[in-house]
Amino acid sequence: MSALLEVSALSKRFGGVQAVMDLSFTVEKGEILALIGPNGAGKSTVFDMINGVYPPDSGRIVFEQADITGLPPYEVAHRGIARAHQIVQPLSDLTVLDNCLVGACYGHDDLSLTAGRAVVREIAELVGLGDRLAMPAGQLTTAGKKRLELARALCGRPRLLLLDEVLAGLNPTEVDRMVEVILRIRAGGVSILMVEHVMRAIMQLSDRIVVLNLGRHLAEGSPQEIANHPAVIEAYLGDSKLMAAVGAERP
Amino acid sequence: MSASAEIGHQRALAAAAPRAFFPSLLILLGLAMAVVPYWSDDVQLREGFLLAAVYITLASNLNVMIGYAGYINFGNIVFFGLGGYVCVDLVTRLHWPLIAAALAGGLAVSLLALVFGFGILRLRGAFFALATIGVNEAVRQFVANFEPWGGATGIYLTFDAYDPLGGPMAALWLVYFLVVAVMVLSLLLSYAIKRSKFGLGLLAIGQNEDAAAVLGVRTPRLKALAYSVSAFLPAVAGGLFFFKSGIIEPNGAFDLTLSIEAIVMIMLGGSGTVAGPLIGAFLYEELRGLLLTSPTISQLQLVIAGLVLLVMVLFAPGGLVGFVNQHWPRMRKFLQ
Repeated sequence: MSALLEVSALSKRFGGVQAVMDLSFTVEKGEILALIGPNGAGKSTVFDMINGVYPPDSGRIVFEQADITGLPPYEVAHRGIARAHQIVQPLSDLTVLDNCLVGACYGHDDLSLTAGRAVVREIAELVGLGDRLAMPAGQLTTAGKKRLELARALCGRPRLLLLDEVLAGLNPTEVDRMVEVILRIRAGGVSILMVEHVMRAIMQLSDRIVVLNLGRHLAEGSPQEIANHPAVIEAYLGDSKLMAAVGAERP
Repeated sequence: MSASAEIGHQRALAAAAPRAFFPSLLILLGLAMAVVPYWSDDVQLREGFLLAAVYITLASNLNVMIGYAGYINFGNIVFFGLGGYVCVDLVTRLHWPLIAAALAGGLAVSLLALVFGFGILRLRGAFFALATIGVNEAVRQFVANFEPWGGATGIYLTFDAYDPLGGPMAALWLVYFLVVAVMVLSLLLSYAIKRSKFGLGLLAIGQNEDAAAVLGVRTPRLKALAYSVSAFLPAVAGGLFFFKSGIIEPNGAFDLTLSIEAIVMIMLGGSGTVAGPLIGAFLYEELRGLLLTSPTISQLQLVIAGLVLLVMVLFAPGGLVGFVNQHWPRMRKFLQ
């Protein structure tokens, strides 16, 4: 069986900065793969390239055996890749319902408004926004907006979900809830590629971890392997909080 | 499901499904506008309403671009003028019936807008606005030098052009009814777009184009389509209007002032709403009539327009409709 998403030899340079260099990895069907690395490692750049926000300088992105390198974001969305942004981007004056409806009606399934509404209700319940459908998205709390990002992405019924730091800025209770939601999404058959800094959650959620440093592939393996990987520890050295967090999660 | 969630659903449903009430309101308004001047045989009232209907048509269609998609089209009057030229040309040279000629003008301009749209809608914000002015000015210059359309002097209609419609008097009434019909169609179109999937995509673009694209909205296609759709009825109205005027010439047809006034009307009434351009355009026409007939301030129409725009943008960015709906939410039923 071939991989769901196959990224090979991806490179991107912004002026003098080599953001991503010769990066390759794959996401298997049904998998939760975490992409981690220190700030500036190029994680969000990788997402932007998969997502079609800008094309890579070189390399290929293959999704379900089709080359999607350099396709515009809406084409990528139609093929079944949805994204929840790190910096929330609500359509502020529209209601939560309409925000999600955009995802449902223009996503992978191209639903009608009526069919879209049914999907939205179901997803909104799943992520815990069921009671706020009529509220303008701009009035949600930060945690609410994060959930909206997730809900909107899910409403498109994607095959692959890109989660860009959806846990950042949430309190521990909210993180626990979100972890539960993410596991339920995976149980529903959606593969997940996530960029995250909350190590506790990464250790709990991911099947495999790819570590980036300075735009390069540093290490790859199960959470346990990564937690004990000498190169990873070195890359993070000086970040004692993170070390402690990784250590604390060891069984 | 919790009780509050249920209420949320019901509210969302209520907001999404007030049936045919609002469209019926619009059709009744159109009928009243058509019937009242005719029964009272009030030509002055008819002329005032005709201008108001033209303004409402311009503002309502422009609102699809400005209020829904968030693209400020300063050169929107190019649709009106070009539609006028095509129609008048078909009537005078090829002796087409008026309605066929006006519809042909609408279609031609709409197609042209689709082609232009894919080009200039790559631009955003101020650059797009400038490009639309550029399109209007370029077309004006082209027409002013286009001899088949009479160049700078334009095209005059002779009286026999009105004969097929039963003479000039009957033709004036017929054109009036047609313009009011075009106005009602514009408002119904705006309403239908707003409640459609297409409209949802446009609203998403208006809020955050990049986020909309990531959610799967095919932004280039939708924007070009909106530009093209918003060109059709103004072009038809232009055909009717200039047929009635009996003359069309470049400066009158591609008058940038009217383009900008249409934006003021939208801001006055409330952009992004169906009723806003209707109310804004009607009030603006009344105000303008008042100012033009007053001897002391007859030259100040544009000064007032500027002030109105300034006050609205500063104190009520949602326009009159936004202001009313914010303070009296029950009014939403009537003012969508």
